[in-house]
Amino acid sequence: MKQSGTGLAIETSGLVKVFGETRAVDGVDLAVPAGTVYGVLGPNGAGKTTTVRMLATLLRPDGGEARVFGHDVLREADTVRGRVSLTGQYASVDEDLTGLENLLLLGRLLGHGKRAARERAGELLEAFGLTAAATRQVKNYSGGMRRRLDIAASILNTPDLLFLDEPTTGLDPRSRNQVWDIVRAVVAQGTTVLLTTQYLDEADQLAARIAVIDHGKVIAEGTKGELKASVGAGAVHLRLRDAAQRPAAEKVLTRAMNARIQPDHDPLALTARVDATDGNGHSAAEQAARALAELARSGVVVDTFSLGQPSLDEVFLALTDRTADGAGPATATPGPAATPAIPGGDAPDGQDGTDVQEGKDGQDGQDHTKEGIPA
Amino acid sequence: MTTATTTTAEPRAEELAPVATDTLAALLVAGERPPRPSAWAASAAFGWRAVLKIKHVPEQLFDVTAFPIMMVLMYTYLFGGALAGSTGEYLQFLLPGILVMNVVMITMYTGVAVNTDIQKGVFDRFRTLPIWRPAPMVGYLLGDMLRYVLASIVMVTLGLIMGFRPAGGAVGVLAGVVLLVAFSFAFSWIWTMFGLMLRSEKSVMGVSMMVIFPLTFLSNIFVDPRTMPGWLQAFVNNSPVTHLSSGVRGLMAGDWPAAEIAWSLGWAGALVLVFGTATMRLYNRK
Repeated sequence: MKQSGTGLAIETSGLVKVFGETRAVDGVDLAVPAGTVYGVLGPNGAGKTTTVRMLATLLRPDGGEARVFGHDVLREADTVRGRVSLTGQYASVDEDLTGLENLLLLGRLLGHGKRAARERAGELLEAFGLTAAATRQVKNYSGGMRRRLDIAASILNTPDLLFLDEPTTGLDPRSRNQVWDIVRAVVAQGTTVLLTTQYLDEADQLAARIAVIDHGKVIAEGTKGELKASVGAGAVHLRLRDAAQRPAAEKVLTRAMNARIQPDHDPLALTARVDATDGNGHSAAEQAARALAELARSGVVVDTFSLGQPSLDEVFLALTDRTADGAGPATATPGPAATPAIPGGDAPDGQDGTDVQEGKDGQDGQDHTKEGIPA
Repeated sequence: MTTATTTTAEPRAEELAPVATDTLAALLVAGERPPRPSAWAASAAFGWRAVLKIKHVPEQLFDVTAFPIMMVLMYTYLFGGALAGSTGEYLQFLLPGILVMNVVMITMYTGVAVNTDIQKGVFDRFRTLPIWRPAPMVGYLLGDMLRYVLASIVMVTLGLIMGFRPAGGAVGVLAGVVLLVAFSFAFSWIWTMFGLMLRSEKSVMGVSMMVIFPLTFLSNIFVDPRTMPGWLQAFVNNSPVTHLSSGVRGLMAGDWPAAEIAWSLGWAGALVLVFGTATMRLYNRK
């Protein structure tokens, strides 16, 4: 009932937005199936928010086309507005009003009568656990409460398409999980959700399909599995007992499984990328078994050895790295930032403190909130 | 508001209140879409928002209460003796004019309010709603009209206490205030335009001063234009503020200054046409 003929909630082709010299969005093509969570993943300043703002009729595209449920965002903006809701990066609620007043105002603006608006507001506040805070000004809310109210406002009339622009940036882990629960509940009722995020685990948790955006362009698109497969079957991670044996271990891995060793800051940790199958049709697991045997034979003592599908982190870093260098295939060896095998998680911060690095482990949200404040 | 003091201390604890996903699911299904609100209903809702803001921050009414009182007292006792022989005499002439000046002056806070408000995330939400586009702006002005009425009440009351005795009586005074508020509503569109056009609150304030001071002082509010040089008379006699203050003065004096009323309303219509259109153009492009 919520789907148009094409079954696509969003369709864009060659979408462009230019701010001065910067091509913030530079030819984005998206096809978002209705009824799913679609993740748009990218570092700060990649063009995620600009894309969302164009789709939500807040910004005029400078080029290309965008359709929401088959309606052009420019020519049929009003129809589009009738079917979407936006929860922006910066809480889209009125700080000076109370939570209840915010919902009442919105209820009225959406055409509810006084009584219906009050009823709906009360129910939403209850469902979102905000009843106790209903008569407090939103400026006194915590980040998590604000987010909840924001989402409550967005679903006051159940939208067909909900834009969530970095909904968990700056939230503590508990609040983040609660937002995830809400998103799951919303999408389970048939609403399409377009979620932008710089947290890979968030996209991994929620999204059915993901588009990775960097420098205003979609650099990869697909299901999580497809994206992961695109950077190779995965990686072997191993820990040596003796750092002196590292060169020997690297040599064995390179020979036995055509592994591409990644530079590492920890002399004991070794990470290497492997292909799904080698030239003779052996699977990655078979290659790994052989490599392990060879390591043992050549006397290299290995404490732990694992073979895993690449994490989205690795995918993301490999992809964004590639565009930064402007060269090499998706399997190109990423820079030192792509070494998730570092024990204890004390990643080499400051080593190359790029956006990418922050996106990888910046769960505290501290680093993210300061960027991208709209001018 | 009463709960604010007791609960702000512990937002952490409240964070634990769970989200009732079952109820939520039911709400999502149950929600049916009512028809869109009319242009008036949407504007009125935004007007209500403006009133709520006044309710939460009543200090902002300072500019419609204390400031006008100060103006009336200052100008009456400063110029009264010199210009009209006595302060009581001068007040009869000045009060309708200073009322016009004050209300027209406080319209400029609209620009500042629009400018700061538009930067906030909530405006993104308003702009994605399927409502009559000018509604948020009209809502502001509806809220501001309340401020204009308040300022008028304060000043007329003070005037009466000081000895203002309008010949038009209550009806005349009321008619004058209605004309003034109607004109100010139209005049405010200049500020909504600047509020959307300029980048910061400070620049809005600066530009507003540049417009408002010459416009209000170069009028017949304080003195009879016949004492001015010819070139200035040409400006003053054609200024909308002069027409308005003559209109308000006439109504309060019990006359029916048809020409001045027509000029004032004509200016009001033109202002809405030009600056209302410019405002909406900027708003849609923002």
